Amino acid sequence: MAETGAVDFQSNVVRALADRQLRGNLKKAMGSLSLKRKAVFSDPEEFEHLRRVGNAIRRRSLSKLPVLLEQLEKNCTANGIQVHWAETTADANQIFLDIIKGHDASRVIKGKSMVSEEMHLNHFLEDHSIEALETDLGEYIIQLDHETPSHIIVPAIHKNKDQIAHLFHEKIPNTPYTEVVEELNAIARKTLRQKFFAGEIGVSGVNFAVAETGTLCLVENEGNGRMCTTVPPVHIAVMGLEKVVEHLSDVPPLLRLLTGSATGQVITTYFNMITSPRKAGEKDGPKEVHLVILDNGRSKILADPQLRETLQCIRCGACLNHCPVYTRLGGHAYGYVYPGPIGSILTPQMEGLHKAGAMASASSLCGACEEVCPVKIPFTSLLRILRDESYAEGDSPHDVDGHGYKRHFTESLAWKGWAVMNTNPTLNHLSTKMLGMVGAFLPKAGPLKHWTQVRTTPKFAKQSLHALAKARGLDDE
Amino acid sequence: MSNAIRERVLNKLREAVGRGDFDVPTPPPLPVQEWSREEKINRLQSMLETMHAEVRRTTHADWITTLKEILRERALQTLVYGPDTALAGVLQGAWENDLPALIPYQQDIESFKETLFNADAGITTTRGALAEIGALVLWPTIQEPRLLSLVPALHIALLEADGIYNTFAEMMGSERWQDGMPTNALLISGPSKTADIELTLTFGVHGPKELLVLILDN
Ligand code: SF4
Repeated sequence: MAETGAVDFQSNVVRALADRQLRGNLKKAMGSLSLKRKAVFSDPEEFEHLRRVGNAIRRRSLSKLPVLLEQLEKNCTANGIQVHWAETTADANQIFLDIIKGHDASRVIKGKSMVSEEMHLNHFLEDHSIEALETDLGEYIIQLDHETPSHIIVPAIHKNKDQIAHLFHEKIPNTPYTEVVEELNAIARKTLRQKFFAGEIGVSGVNFAVAETGTLCLVENEGNGRMCTTVPPVHIAVMGLEKVVEHLSDVPPLLRLLTGSATGQVITTYFNMITSPRKAGEKDGPKEVHLVILDNGRSKILADPQLRETLQCIRCGACLNHCPVYTRLGGHAYGYVYPGPIGSILTPQMEGLHKAGAMASASSLCGACEEVCPVKIPFTSLLRILRDESYAEGDSPHDVDGHGYKRHFTESLAWKGWAVMNTNPTLNHLSTKMLGMVGAFLPKAGPLKHWTQVRTTPKFAKQSLHALAKARGLDDE
Repeated sequence: MSNAIRERVLNKLREAVGRGDFDVPTPPPLPVQEWSREEKINRLQSMLETMHAEVRRTTHADWITTLKEILRERALQTLVYGPDTALAGVLQGAWENDLPALIPYQQDIESFKETLFNADAGITTTRGALAEIGALVLWPTIQEPRLLSLVPALHIALLEADGIYNTFAEMMGSERWQDGMPTNALLISGPSKTADIELTLTFGVHGPKELLVLILDN
């Protein structure tokens, strides 16, 4: 996908917009997810109260992050969980490989984890001849089709049942063609049960890691997460380092916010809290549990007093479901693992503006994401900072990688000229008058070309607002 | 090597928080939910049923009869249970030949996997339940291992009506979970489900296809 260079976001957008099937699938799905969420948080005051609590918990955790991570490490270790630190995704992948090789294993079964997507763990393991099988139904579907998730909660949302029916029929041996959703589920259940049975290493993400007790919490509906973390003799959990919370009592409000925002559920089928490997006398559960804590640019984000709010995210996906840009493009067009509004603020910081800066422009700043975000991330101001950073000179208070990548000579000159023109009354007067006279004949080149491709060219009025106001005897200052 | 990485990451984080420029708001506390005993039972039952669990209210004296009736309606071959519990005693004492074969989970999973993955049903006790969100709370034990509530297609759970709390926060607070968590703690709110294909909700994916809850209320 997008590791090597900048993503051609322009052409991705054109392609996605032309895909009627995709747009139809997305429209239906996002509408339904939004309605479900609304039903769970039907009382706006209650929701506001709850998300203020969520926001405060996440901010408190971030303000103590190094201490909490050390506490988590200490408690996990005391409980028998082995903790590993990774600065980069390459570090994290290597840790996985060493553990798996140490057990002479070749069959890995995975529960859903966006951090593992961030690491491109599956490809890495396959390159080392290790089968890494996704077991969440949505992830399983897209893995069969060699795709990446297009949504952080419902990864196969871009596909409809006919497409899945074809896929199962073609890719799973001895599978009759069926478009009945229940039957498709049954096929996946049967196929994956054998994999759970035979899995040697189970992999999962982490929704919350509780520092106080050294507990790893996982939210899910299907039971595949419990399978992956209970059946195989070894469990490796991987988390972004921002996932830690201070107290066990921080969990219930965050859990309520997460399940309600993600799928409009009061609670998921399972909430799985893991505090240790199998103890003496216990008959199941992994004998070894590992926790991999990944930085991958997060510590840098934490250092910025404003941009750090990005790290409050609990990955519920609500901002995607409510985003007018995401609901028209889907996740793949963004070109990176995290799409939608959260991707637009997170990815440019992780990958650098020079590579992923276009994502920060994939927003109309309508603020829908801000209204639903359960931890109150101020998207519009963060997006503005990132956009400014794309043009920033050396004196910016922020330090996002690749900043200033959009600044080039003619553009800086144009803006300098614009500043002079608009602060000098005579020049300003002259320019508005000129536009009224020649505006209709401006050549359709440069940024105007993009603008007018999908919109009608603006018609400039013969007289400026100032002039009109003056003519009516209004004081225009 | 790994220690150097740990130090590097922690140092960056220390530097990031060291400036003390964090603004941590204190929100007003969440309102406390309280229901009567009956309300809690009713609320739990209706929420579990919405999530496609089957709920029966019975008593300490009658649950075994209720269970036998339910099992007779279904053609099941095997029921796995945890030995050395009060529940096990009642089961063993009351079992009859026309019921599914009783299998105790008394070996390590490594040698029991085949049996467990082929079992039709598993029965467990519960630690309690949460009325607000409609979930059972399980702390699997040596006697009742973790996979007993996950692998068999039908999970039967026994719940004491007195063990129903208002909220998750109330339960973990009053039982002081922070003082000692078990290997595994679970909330379960229904049979396993997915909506990954066109958001069509379907029950019985990787975990149990059915959840039967017997609420013991005298
Ligand atoms: S940014 Fe907010 S709305 Fe978006 S995924 Fe994260 S928590 Fe959810």
